[in-house]
Order: sequence, then C-alpha cells, then structure tokens
Amino acid sequence: MKGALFLGCTIPVRAQHYEVSAREVAKHLGIELIDIPHFGCCGFPVKSVDHKKYLIMAARNLALAEKEGLDIWALCSACYGSLSEANHLLKENEEMKKEVNQVLKEFGLKYEGKVEVKHFIRVLYEDYGLSNLRLKVRKSLEGLNFAPHYGCHYLRPSKIHKTGEDVEFPKSLDELIEITGAKSLSYYNKLNCCGGAVLAIDEELALRIANEKLKEVVKSGADAIILICPFCDIMYEQNQRRINSKLGENYKIPVLFYTQILGLALGIPVEKLGFEFNRIKPKDILSFLGK
Amino acid sequence: MIEVRKKDLNFKFEVLREKGGDALLRCFACGTCTVSCPVRAVDERYNPRKIIRMTILGMKEEVLKNEFIWLCAGCYSCYERCPQDVRLTDIMTALRNIAVREGYIPEGVKLQIENLKKFGRLYEVDDFIARKREKANLPQVEREIADIKKILER
Repeated sequence: MKGALFLGCTIPVRAQHYEVSAREVAKHLGIELIDIPHFGCCGFPVKSVDHKKYLIMAARNLALAEKEGLDIWALCSACYGSLSEANHLLKENEEMKKEVNQVLKEFGLKYEGKVEVKHFIRVLYEDYGLSNLRLKVRKSLEGLNFAPHYGCHYLRPSKIHKTGEDVEFPKSLDELIEITGAKSLSYYNKLNCCGGAVLAIDEELALRIANEKLKEVVKSGADAIILICPFCDIMYEQNQRRINSKLGENYKIPVLFYTQILGLALGIPVEKLGFEFNRIKPKDILSFLGK
Repeated sequence: MIEVRKKDLNFKFEVLREKGGDALLRCFACGTCTVSCPVRAVDERYNPRKIIRMTILGMKEEVLKNEFIWLCAGCYSCYERCPQDVRLTDIMTALRNIAVREGYIPEGVKLQIENLKKFGRLYEVDDFIARKREKANLPQVEREIADIKKILER
C-alpha cells in the first residue's frame, strides 16, 4: 500500500505532532507514504476569492500526484475537502478541465482525473481496515475516555465524499478510538465545527465557536479531545489559552491527534509520537499508561 | 421596509450564473440552514436564510459590502440538511467571489493571499521551523513555490 502524503500549509509549520505520529504509524503498519516536494497549498483559502484560481491550485497538486501514479492521502481535512471537490468538479466538467490544463501546461503538468483523494484516517479505516488494525494493538488504552472531534470536511459534503457514512451519526472515528481499548464518548455538539475558517475574519467569533465545543467536551469527562485535522488543533489546542484569557474560561484539556493514540496502542515508543509538540502536555494520560 | 423597485433585480441572476450560485432560487425560506448553523448559534450577525432573501430581493450593495458573507465557516451543516438542496456553502462562495471582484475583501483574507504568493502556503517555513523539522527527523519542505505565485498573479 502506498500513496502520496499531502501535508498542506498548516501541518509542516504548526502541527508537527500530527505529521510525526502519522509517519510513525504508517511505517509501523507497512503503509508507504511518498513525499512529493512540489506539493503546495491545496487551494482552500483561494476558493472564497477566485473559484477558478482555486481549481487551478488544487489541480496542480492532483496533476503532480498523477505524474507519480499515486493517489493523494491528506492528513488535513480542509485539504482533503478542497482537493476532493476540485477532483469531483473537474472530472464532471470537460470545459473546466480544458481551461485548467491550459494553465498547468505552463508548469509541465496535465490533469487527467486519474487520482483519488483520501483522508489518511480513511486509509486506516477502510484500506488497511479496522479489523486488521485491531489485530495490531499491543497496548490497550483501557480506562481512558476520549472525545472524538470529526470536524467538518472529513465527511461533509457527503455528495462529494461519498464515504457511505451517515453524516449525522458517523461512527468511523469512534470505532477507530475504541480499537485502542479506550472509550469513545458521545457529547452534545460532537459534530460541530471548530470555527477555524473564520479565524482570519473575526478572531473572537472563531474562539467562541471553539469554546462551545470545549465546554461540552469538559462536561463529558473526557481525558482528551481527539482530532484528525490540524486546523482544528489550532483552535482547540493552540488557542486554548487564548480562549481562557479572552472568554474567561479555565481549560487545560489535552488535545491529541488520533495517530498519536493509535501509535501508543500499537506499542510505538512514546518518544516517537511527537508529544513534545503538544502545547498542553497530556501528563495524566501518559502516566496512567506508565510512560 | 424594503422597496424592491429601488433594488438591483439583476443581482439574483448574477449569483445564479456564478459558480456555486445556481440553486439560489430553490430556497423556500424554511430556515433549516439558520437553525443548523454553529456560527449563528453564537453570533446574530450571521443569518444564512436572511442572506438568501436579501440576495433574491436584489439588495446587492447591502449583501456584498456586509461582513456577514465572510462569517460562514464552511462547515456544510446547512448544505447537508437543506430540503431544497440550495447548497448554501457554495452560494457563500459565489457571493464572496462577486464581492471580491467589486472590491470588497477582508484584510485577513488579503493577508492570506499575500502569504500564499510569497511562500506557496499560508505560513512561512522559516529557519526556526526548518530546524524544528530537522530535529524531529521530518523531511524539509520547499520555502517558496513559484507556480503558486504565478497562478495567483494571473
């Protein structure tokens, strides 16, 4: 199994814990992640400004993967959403495809629509497979309670992603958490957005949206919130202190990437899973596990 | 009171022609979007049902100049639940694209585009980040991406 690892903008600079742990988990499972150095922004931030330029930026990445004959596996849900949507639109519309290819020609690239875009978490869930993954668990995380945060673009819009999951009652992340032996919690606004997309427009509004979820996560009694998107991490982990100071809260709840807890369950040494990059140290969790 | 005579009745057609705006007139104003919206839940400035009504009524200036079109978080909650398949998230994209062409673009968005031109991504990979990556045994990533600059400066 191999695919082109798509990092996007945020992960290389602001979510190294996600990247380190995803690479480690993949290596451990024999999943080959190929780096394509010329990959750039997925186009997501450009969509609001100029839809055509967004398509060109996304298609450039798709064409780079096509050239290598690899599907794209994204760690960031926004990249996954943006690239999937562009792929979907361009496969459907010959005229748009022609227009995009005229620009890509300047870069020596051509988009033909031969690659698929997947979220890395779905590669684990579907391609490697939940039952195979379960067989690899060496260290049970039983006794820990985690609050899954699905985020938005991992499943929605269902018309484009076609994962087959019920977007109002998804279960993949819950199941992925439960194979580690930990309990996956249900909580009131489990499917809500982190607010990340409005951070550049109105910081306080974004913080208030994130705060709504943190309130419920804390109420649920979770030991940590579990993420699969780096922008959600910016909101819940990197802005947690700001939420405290700006909105008068007092949170100190660990925020972990799914690949970090999966890594622990697979028996990968804790120092290889990027915990040094977590701004809120999950000390209680690691000492509970005897690490 | 809104005097429709004084409004731009072509505005809705402009939105219908824009990428993502083609389902605008299907809206029957049920409000499922507004009650599903996590932004609306904490901020009354944003009301997707109202934005659609204003657009259909031809309130072009009031819609395009207003910051509210930039408050949609793009979470697709309304998009999934809309009984008329209006695809509101895409309508917001259409309205924003038109607003930008008319000269209305928030500072934060302008800054993002500038960064993309300079670095090929939203954030700069500076020496500090490069060292951090090296220490973590992560491969280095390109600090500038000329193709992206070319696309954005077209």
